[in-house]
Amino acid sequence: MNPLAQLLEAALFSACRPITAEELATLDPDASAAGVRVALEQLREHYDFNQHGVELVEMAGGYQILTRPVYAAAIERAQFTVRTPKLTAATLETLAVIAYRQPVGRLEIEEIRGVSAGGVLRSLQERSLIEVVGRSEALGRPLLYGTTALFLELLGLRDLIDLPKAEELTIALRPHRATSEGSDDAAVYVEAES
Amino acid sequence: MTVTEFLALPEAPTIALGAGPGFVVELEAFSGPLDLLLHLLREEQLEIADIPIARIADQFLRAVHELGLNQAADYLDMASRLVRLKAQMLLPRKVDEDGWEDPRAELVRRLLEYQQIREVAVWLGRAAERRAEQFARGYLPPAPALPPPPLTLSLIDLLSAIDRVIVGIPSPVLHKVVARPLDVESATRRIEDLLAGQEQIRWFDALGSGATIADVLSTLLALLELARRGSLRLLQPTPFSPMLIARESPRPTA
Repeated sequence: MNPLAQLLEAALFSACRPITAEELATLDPDASAAGVRVALEQLREHYDFNQHGVELVEMAGGYQILTRPVYAAAIERAQFTVRTPKLTAATLETLAVIAYRQPVGRLEIEEIRGVSAGGVLRSLQERSLIEVVGRSEALGRPLLYGTTALFLELLGLRDLIDLPKAEELTIALRPHRATSEGSDDAAVYVEAES
Repeated sequence: MTVTEFLALPEAPTIALGAGPGFVVELEAFSGPLDLLLHLLREEQLEIADIPIARIADQFLRAVHELGLNQAADYLDMASRLVRLKAQMLLPRKVDEDGWEDPRAELVRRLLEYQQIREVAVWLGRAAERRAEQFARGYLPPAPALPPPPLTLSLIDLLSAIDRVIVGIPSPVLHKVVARPLDVESATRRIEDLLAGQEQIRWFDALGSGATIADVLSTLLALLELARRGSLRLLQPTPFSPMLIARESPRPTA
């Protein structure tokens, strides 16, 4: 590994959150963006090639050194650390709506999910998984929500682009066969959507 | 079909408000009415695009009732929509009628949209679980600053430290509060004694000589109390003239 890669390794080891390439570049005044990229690639290969117990993971717009999944059970059993608790269905659904529709207001979230969303929104905000990103021009200027970097970090996503696209979903809106009377309108509608 | 006939249909559901368990806040099984509806459709292997509304509405109401969701507003809202749809579907219409809009279209759209969100939610859940398999460096918050160990002190050090602290304390400004209770009882007795001897006395007679503020107040309260009881009358012949205290003569029994 080149000296810059070693420096980056030390910095990433000391950090407790994903660090962006720009932040890493400030470690060495002589480092160029390209140099940081090369050094990060070297570090990743170093961990992979030498079969280290940790790996360099890119997420939430930055880089972080994480243990490999294969050791999760052992580490947990020894109680060195705890796994993040599972998210509830209501939380996941609300996050899904916000992730795809942001900026989105409470009313739209409630319309899609068919249930009131006040409590879930509050707890998501407290956990910094979503934030207020503005106000709608609609009546009463309701708050609009969007996802945060912590949301990406929690899911291990590099960017919102990593979310599945509508056409990749198995239940993508596809035309249903018209079986009996009265179904034609619905089928036409669905076709128009897909 | 009239409303009565519609309601009298053999499968017509009844929503028993207030029956069953109390207010349901968290519902483990379903994350909302749309979820319950999708569950029912899957169970019956029905197409979303062609929902037999009458059947599914009855099943929905039964499920709501059985699960004790009666008082969850979100479920009742959906229940009422379904019942309305059921009524709309029963309305007669001409075959090949132009401009007939399937009343179910809106529900179908919502169900499809929700189903998609459900799938994304599952995807997000898996991503979060995968991410939870990897641990970052354990984060320790910076420890609060403590005095440098080892902290060795002799008793003399400790006492002189206490002295230094005590010296620094400014002597507090104290105000002595003396209890000077109003003595209404003896004032009452004094006034009654005076009035036993004479028909009418003046305010200053009642007060006596060398009266303190407490005496003035006690006397005033005693006078007011006696006047209230009807033992005496308080008079003021002209404005600002000294107050006169007169014994209450027995009322004429006219």
